[in-house]
Amino acid sequence: MSTKPLKQIHLAAHFPGVNNTTVWGDPAAGSHIDFDSFTHFARTAERAKFDFLFLAEGLRLREQGGRIYDLDVVGRPDTFTVLAALAAVTERLGLTGTINSTFNEPYEVARQFASLDHLSEGRAAWNVVTSWDAFTGENFRRGGFLPREERYSRAREFLSTANELFDSWNGSEIAADAATGTFLRDARAGAFAHRGQHFDIEGHFNVPRSPQGRPVIFQAGDSDEGREFAASGADAIFGRHATLDEGRAFYSDVKRRLASYGRTPDQLKILPAATFVLGDTDAEAHENAHEIRRLQVSGQTAITYLEHVWNRDLSSYDPDGPLPDVDPEVGENTIALGRASVRQFRDPLATAREWRELAEAKNLSIRELVIATTARQTFIGTAATVAESIDSLVQQDAADGFILVPHLTPGGLDVFADTVVPLLQERGVFRSEYEGTTLRDHLGISVPGVDRKAAAS
Amino acid sequence: MSASPSPSDAPSPSDPTSSSAPLHLAVALDGAGGHPAAWREPGARPEAVFTARYWADAVAEAEAGLLDFVTLDDGLVLQSTSTDGPDGRTDLVRGRLDAVLTAARIAPLTRHIGLIPSVTTTHTEPFHISKAVATLDHVSRGRAGVHVQVSGLSYEERHFGRRAAPLSGAELYEEAADHVEVIRRLWDSWEDDAEIRDVATGRFIDRDKLHYIDFEGRHFSVRGPSIIPRPPQGRPVVSAVGAAADGEAAHRLVALSADIGYVRARDTGEVAAAVAAIRRAREAAGPAEPLHLFGELTVYLDEDGPAATARKERLDALAGHYEDDSEVFTGTPAQLADLLVERRAAGLSGFRLRPGVNAHDLPAVTRGLVPELQRRGLFRTAYEADTLRGLLGLDPHPANRYATPPSAGTAA
Repeated sequence: MSTKPLKQIHLAAHFPGVNNTTVWGDPAAGSHIDFDSFTHFARTAERAKFDFLFLAEGLRLREQGGRIYDLDVVGRPDTFTVLAALAAVTERLGLTGTINSTFNEPYEVARQFASLDHLSEGRAAWNVVTSWDAFTGENFRRGGFLPREERYSRAREFLSTANELFDSWNGSEIAADAATGTFLRDARAGAFAHRGQHFDIEGHFNVPRSPQGRPVIFQAGDSDEGREFAASGADAIFGRHATLDEGRAFYSDVKRRLASYGRTPDQLKILPAATFVLGDTDAEAHENAHEIRRLQVSGQTAITYLEHVWNRDLSSYDPDGPLPDVDPEVGENTIALGRASVRQFRDPLATAREWRELAEAKNLSIRELVIATTARQTFIGTAATVAESIDSLVQQDAADGFILVPHLTPGGLDVFADTVVPLLQERGVFRSEYEGTTLRDHLGISVPGVDRKAAAS
Repeated sequence: MSASPSPSDAPSPSDPTSSSAPLHLAVALDGAGGHPAAWREPGARPEAVFTARYWADAVAEAEAGLLDFVTLDDGLVLQSTSTDGPDGRTDLVRGRLDAVLTAARIAPLTRHIGLIPSVTTTHTEPFHISKAVATLDHVSRGRAGVHVQVSGLSYEERHFGRRAAPLSGAELYEEAADHVEVIRRLWDSWEDDAEIRDVATGRFIDRDKLHYIDFEGRHFSVRGPSIIPRPPQGRPVVSAVGAAADGEAAHRLVALSADIGYVRARDTGEVAAAVAAIRRAREAAGPAEPLHLFGELTVYLDEDGPAATARKERLDALAGHYEDDSEVFTGTPAQLADLLVERRAAGLSGFRLRPGVNAHDLPAVTRGLVPELQRRGLFRTAYEADTLRGLLGLDPHPANRYATPPSAGTAA
């Protein structure tokens, strides 16, 4: 049909963190805190030759109805510390950490990522996220000071400031020549000065240029602003759209935006998150998937989720019964705090109306409705079916690869590594060995727009 | 502050911080060593100080010597011999990796030795530091600590731009004390058995065992609880420097907020005075956990004493003028052992030694000094505990302040 060469798929693994996708009640579920869990998960990803491991972040425990939310997995370790420790038990796997630019300062974050890149010999990546959330801000010195509209402007400036710090060493300063006593060739190493709307800082950055120059930059976010932010400076985008049509639309839209920043389409990888359920037959896999969804969305979970839209106590409703006939409480206060998903319901009355119609049309209970509306892209089937689906989506430009989120900690990735990965390798669309040593090598991306100012002199 | 006499001269034998308890030994690591010219010495591997392998090798050597812990220096500025800004020198090691990340990178490669990275409380978020050190405790299975330091350098402040001018010295230490209070409260904000995984009720945690810390201080407030369960040691070890030269506030930070204080002094008399002052302040504050006070020495060790002195002089000539923060010792391991015995009698329970040259003086500590102390029956011959608190003789898992009804004396 086409002579177009096969695209190589990028695969990554998201350590299942705080949410209701983790089936913590499964007898095979282990600790989400113990370092052995992280080691097992990372080594599985590396054995499967994945590009990287991905960690999410949350800086305040979620609350609902004024109390700490207790139905989901709660508690996660510090991103930088876990990734640095994982660098000791892996050799090639990329290490991607989500770090919030709102509750940190550029100098400290830049030196943590530069240090991680040194300590992992070039495997560090940063998923830049932002927050304006005063609730989370209560855990920090600055508090929740950030006006909502400054969210992306601060993030953009945070990232560009961090890049100035990364680039303040060009990589040729260190001579370490004991005979002549020359440790630094250039006394200006690390000098920076940034004056902007959010940061006005100057001085000397104190981590020499790291193996990747700059960590790989990830960005998540689906809004127009989020897409623009990613197009302007990210190396990869942690996407949301993993079905063929939505994926293709998102893919072409984001890749198109690159040109206005002087970038080519291959400089930004689009990697949506996706789950998977395997079985010996497609039918068995679908049965497994159904059962997993029932475990992920208990009756209580369904009610609390519905409360995000209704914004009122629905604890007296039967999850196996129909949706409430009362209307959502509309107001500034939200019943659930610390959840990004809550903000998507901008018009709760309209959402409630839609859901009632959907439930009526398909005769769904509250729990069934929540299961249906919270489904994310899932690869379901035999290993062969799943390999075919993944490959097909990538070859049709719905994505450059996927960030897989297993529902079990820490062994949920094992079966994928053992059964699906070999089939992708057979198809010639996924590596059998790492070709390079750094995450940039794995992703096939170079350091963007580096001004090698001092290199010439 | 307190009129109570110094009563600590008759310590109970079970007090791990008494001068008759087993001796504790740590090394402080930074760059190629404590001497500015250390990087030019044979075996120094100066090109490797930004690699994990370099630090892994150094900490493995310390662990082979059965040391209690290593501390890793850090700072949020380029090293400088000047307090006004970077000194522009190109003949000294410049640049440094984040100490918490370096400690985490080493943790899976070691089994017994404690890992105490330095953090600067002046510019960091206590929430972040608390979870980072708790995580270091998880990845090292109970071997984490944190060394807190302050910075009043205006050129460091300009890396952050938070304040128009640095805080005053006393305020810096007060803020550090608040920082330590917050990180400890956050460690305690999950009771040990908060994670219940109760399938029957669908509850993953018992939220009644999670606690808001509601800290309100002069410079910041923090709500809590932490986002990570209580670390294996309950409370990782906190250390600080109690240099009298830094004033009363520095003394108070050690006396009231630390598990280990490093005493900087020029001679045994100064050590005794500093120990007495810190212990008085600790006791005046009411019941508290035992406080270790460690002596600090930069050491140059050779089998022949004059050779050590000559080596130091040769290095001095290479480096040009510099001042060491701590007392400098040159001599043989046996002479150093004599000095440690004398200092210990002045009220110290251990020592943090800074190798003048890591490549030379770190193995001299582990293979020269340690066997000498073992021969004298003063130092362990095998690791007797798996956690840092255990090695230091501290309560291996202190009670959680939120788990019991409030009572007097829960101040620290």
